[in-house]
Amino acid sequence: MDSIIEGFKKAFILIFNLNTELLGIIFLSLKVSGSALLVSAVIGIPLSAILGLKKFPAKGFVISLMNTFMGLPPVVVGLFVYILLSRSGPLGFMGLLYTPSAMVIAQTILALPIVVSLCHSAIVGVDPIIKQASMTLGATPFQTTITIIKEARYGIMSGVIAAFGRVMAEVGAILIVGGNIAGYTRVVTTTIALETDKGNFELALALGIILLTISLLINVVLHFIQKKGMVK
Amino acid sequence: MFKGGITKFRGIFLLMILSCVFFPSASSAETRIRCASTTSTQNSGLFDYILPIFEKKAGIKVDVVAVGTGAAIEIGKRGDADVVFVHAKEQELKAVQEGYFVNRHDVMYNDFVIIGPANDPLKIKAIKSATEAFKKIAESNYPFVSRGDKSGTHTKELSIWKKLVIEPEGHKWYLEVGQGMEKTQRIANEKRAYTLTDRGTWLATKDKDRLEMIIVLEGDPILFNQYGVMAVNPQKHKHVKYKEAMEFINWLISKEGQHTIASFKDKDRNQLFIPNAK
Repeated sequence: MDSIIEGFKKAFILIFNLNTELLGIIFLSLKVSGSALLVSAVIGIPLSAILGLKKFPAKGFVISLMNTFMGLPPVVVGLFVYILLSRSGPLGFMGLLYTPSAMVIAQTILALPIVVSLCHSAIVGVDPIIKQASMTLGATPFQTTITIIKEARYGIMSGVIAAFGRVMAEVGAILIVGGNIAGYTRVVTTTIALETDKGNFELALALGIILLTISLLINVVLHFIQKKGMVK
Repeated sequence: MFKGGITKFRGIFLLMILSCVFFPSASSAETRIRCASTTSTQNSGLFDYILPIFEKKAGIKVDVVAVGTGAAIEIGKRGDADVVFVHAKEQELKAVQEGYFVNRHDVMYNDFVIIGPANDPLKIKAIKSATEAFKKIAESNYPFVSRGDKSGTHTKELSIWKKLVIEPEGHKWYLEVGQGMEKTQRIANEKRAYTLTDRGTWLATKDKDRLEMIIVLEGDPILFNQYGVMAVNPQKHKHVKYKEAMEFINWLISKEGQHTIASFKDKDRNQLFIPNAK
């Protein structure tokens, strides 16, 4: 119990005396997870629209596959990306292993199925009347799709938020492909893992509290944007 | 009705783009080399102490990836590091022989110790030989926690079992945890078990982790823990920064590097590593 109270105390002290090292770690977390989220949104939202609106063979299978991949174990993804990016692997010539870019790749793989699955549900859930109405009004198939995506934005946002939660909290994959190098690939979650290993429980807990606080702030902002879009 | 929605939607994207400012690229003016090493060197604080001194002198930044000895050697073999700094001499020499590494040097040592519950239920303290102590633990079916992760410590432990012709795997008293040294110590503490640890980790963590354990056996020559450094063979992996890696290795075994290692102390003023480069 003492450790928990100590952890909260330490978290406050850390927040009030933000040093550059901690700031760097927090910013890197946001950069890596933010980039992974952006990439998976850019790929995932159009993909979910295709899955939701187009008819093609094996569509059901692709959807089941995406749903399964929502539960990908991060360690397995990390190992897969490691082997891919290793100097002895097929993409080794790019020299990406143990860089922030490798972490973005791993987290994108983790985030993409969540974005696709949840956005697909949102798009399928849009009232068919919208589609019929826009087509009646002379919209091209592309314009119709855009209209439906706009209509599903609330659910799409939920998908993006869920994916954000997944990647911000993730440690298994980025530890393997990032290597937890001080000042270079060390993010909040890998720091927590390291400090736990070192037995600095209070510091690790304090970092956990900081991570949750940041996530909360971002979620409040996203919710605010989402709600404003809804009311209109 | 839709117009407001669109701008809001774009707002989200803008927000996300803002959150991913350009990454610092690895190929900036500063030279970096990557050193695959073990958790024991990182967690003891040795690297935090010696690396800034080397980096300042040589202008080469050393990025440390701290994993188990087995993984560190594997990372080096695959060409994912420039230099490997571990403690499993036999494995290292084997990898050198296979042509994966060159210029292996002894750097420093500390020793392994057997630790156990403070009341030492098996009276291991009366024994002087680590092999005899292991035998007693196995014969008494008393809990023993093993790293079980192919680390240097694990390798040492296995070599002792092998000497005894005992195969501990699968026995109920033998707990393979597959974790780092400090976590393994904590598990041994919780389980009231014996375990093999390195003195550096033990000294650095026993008070912090409030371990109710004591050293029950030390000083047996078999428990000698040699650390070595070696460069990834540039003929196997053309991209490695061999020149910079050698600069690091040569500094480690130089008078100055050896002196720096000797002057590294934990917060209780214990010297954790004894330099012994030839």
